[in-house]
Amino acid sequence: MADILLEGRNLTMLYPVRRGLFQGLIGMVRAVDNVSFSIERGKTLSLVGESGAGKTTTAKSVLLLERATSGSVYFEGKDIYQYNKDQLKREYRPRVQAVQQNPWSSMNPRMRVKDIVAEPLVVNAKQSKKENYDRVVELLDQVGLKAEHAEHFPHEFSGGQRQRIAVARALALNPSLVVLDEPVSALDVSIRAQIMNLLKDLQEAHNLSYLVIAHNLATVRYMSHGVAIMYLGQIVEYGDTEDLFENPLHPYTNALISASDLKLPEDRDQNEKEIILSGEMPSPLNPPTGCRFHTRCPEARPECSKIEPEMVTVGKHQVKCHKFV
Amino acid sequence: MEYLRDINEAKIEKRMELRRKFSRLMLIIPVVILALLILSAIFAPLLAPYSPTEIAMTERLQPPSFLKGGSPKHFLGTDSLGRDVFSRIIYGARISLSFSLIVIFITGTVGTILGIISGYFGGRLDSFIMRFTDVALSIPAILIAIILAVGLGPSFKTIVIASSILGWSGYARVIRGEAMRLREVDFVAQARIIGSSRMRIMIKHIFPNVINPLIIIATMMVGLMIIIEATLSYLGAGIPPPNPSWGAMVNDGRNYLETAWWISFFPGFCIGLVVLSCNYLGDWIRDKLDPRLRRL
Repeated sequence: MADILLEGRNLTMLYPVRRGLFQGLIGMVRAVDNVSFSIERGKTLSLVGESGAGKTTTAKSVLLLERATSGSVYFEGKDIYQYNKDQLKREYRPRVQAVQQNPWSSMNPRMRVKDIVAEPLVVNAKQSKKENYDRVVELLDQVGLKAEHAEHFPHEFSGGQRQRIAVARALALNPSLVVLDEPVSALDVSIRAQIMNLLKDLQEAHNLSYLVIAHNLATVRYMSHGVAIMYLGQIVEYGDTEDLFENPLHPYTNALISASDLKLPEDRDQNEKEIILSGEMPSPLNPPTGCRFHTRCPEARPECSKIEPEMVTVGKHQVKCHKFV
Repeated sequence: MEYLRDINEAKIEKRMELRRKFSRLMLIIPVVILALLILSAIFAPLLAPYSPTEIAMTERLQPPSFLKGGSPKHFLGTDSLGRDVFSRIIYGARISLSFSLIVIFITGTVGTILGIISGYFGGRLDSFIMRFTDVALSIPAILIAIILAVGLGPSFKTIVIASSILGWSGYARVIRGEAMRLREVDFVAQARIIGSSRMRIMIKHIFPNVINPLIIIATMMVGLMIIIEATLSYLGAGIPPPNPSWGAMVNDGRNYLETAWWISFFPGFCIGLVVLSCNYLGDWIRDKLDPRLRRL
């Protein structure tokens, strides 16, 4: 049995939509719909999908920025949604940290780097200023910055350096899990690899688990052990990274891989055509009946629009498609 | 190309030097003006050549000493009751400056606290505070002042209370908007992930980032407050007549603008100076407090 650190069970997040003079309820957006996943200790799980697929909302439910409407999050086997405020602050919050997508807005522009990195320590661990400062220097060193950077303000750094600062802050409390929300997508291509390598090194050094949110498949393949492909609030395919990329089952996964730069044109088989999806993702306010992907699926069959497929295990991974039922 | 670069560098260096000097001047001048006015307000009894309320009908409407027909005894001339304008301005600074500073301090503090709470918490609390603010914005301060003047009697305290009781609403409105925007910014989400309390987020993350609009409103309020004080005093809610305040002096001179313009002009000029100085000083403080602008 694998050592599971965090588990999301049947997470569903509904948002009421109100319109008009009397703010009447006109429907519920199913941003996340019955999503389950698990992250092993020291491993990385990636949530992949287009914007609007519910990746970030799922991450928010893990970080408790918002609570899921139903379902729950289990951390080391315990249901954290049952924790009271005090337990959360002591036992959960410090152990699950995050690095956000945009390093330009994730830091208070009026605080110095030393205060930014030390903030988790100030809030959670009652230590002296000196101890905090020593820890900040140690953290900056771990992410490849110098001690003198501590006195500067965030606007004096480049995007890559800022992301390093954000990583240092996330590690300050020695967390078990770090949620990485598009950790490199806001950075120049030239420094993405540096940050990804840094994250991988830190993962090994501290036995960290990562929950990565990404849309770039190359990033995902490089960083993660497991992948969950999301479409319109649901996980459509879920499995080990290599297995999933080598042997994609769901038509949506195929389309994503086909559209990505994982395969160069000359590597493609002669008869293999690029799959280009038509149209936009349907509105989550009024999702399609049956399989949510059927409106854009190149392999849609009559039953797809009527019956919602069950998640089935095929080989080493799970897929939600009528082809495999 | 090498020689071109040298020339430009020298030129740029010179420009920068001029610029630095200029920006230092833009700070020194308003600071000196405000300091002089505040000091003269504090030491008014020592500086003023005459009593501000002493009536001398024989010397009424005398022009300033540096104008034709001016008496050397009255530097800035005398008003319709023969009172020395210079002495009255010095004493008037006491009331006008202390009134505007006290009211700005009270309204700024209350407005900022309510604005941050309203914007950060949102929901029902926000609706409640904002409806309250709407009401405050819609009631004329003059009405409250007159009611209070009847209840408490006209005095300095009355106009401070009258202006403060509603004055916070303008701050609350603007600060609330900023706080709402900041609530959605990533670093606030990050603070929550770290485990910061709401109190800490409001103090450490929201407040420092609403200082800019706060300073701008506060500096703009200085002039307005001097004028409000004048209006309230004119209506009989404020300082009773013989005591000088700048706004009241401008008012006194209204009827003599054609013949004795100095009665209104000099106190009006002082109001302008204070407002302008406060605006420059406010800009400077704002730049100093903002790490992104500090080096420029």
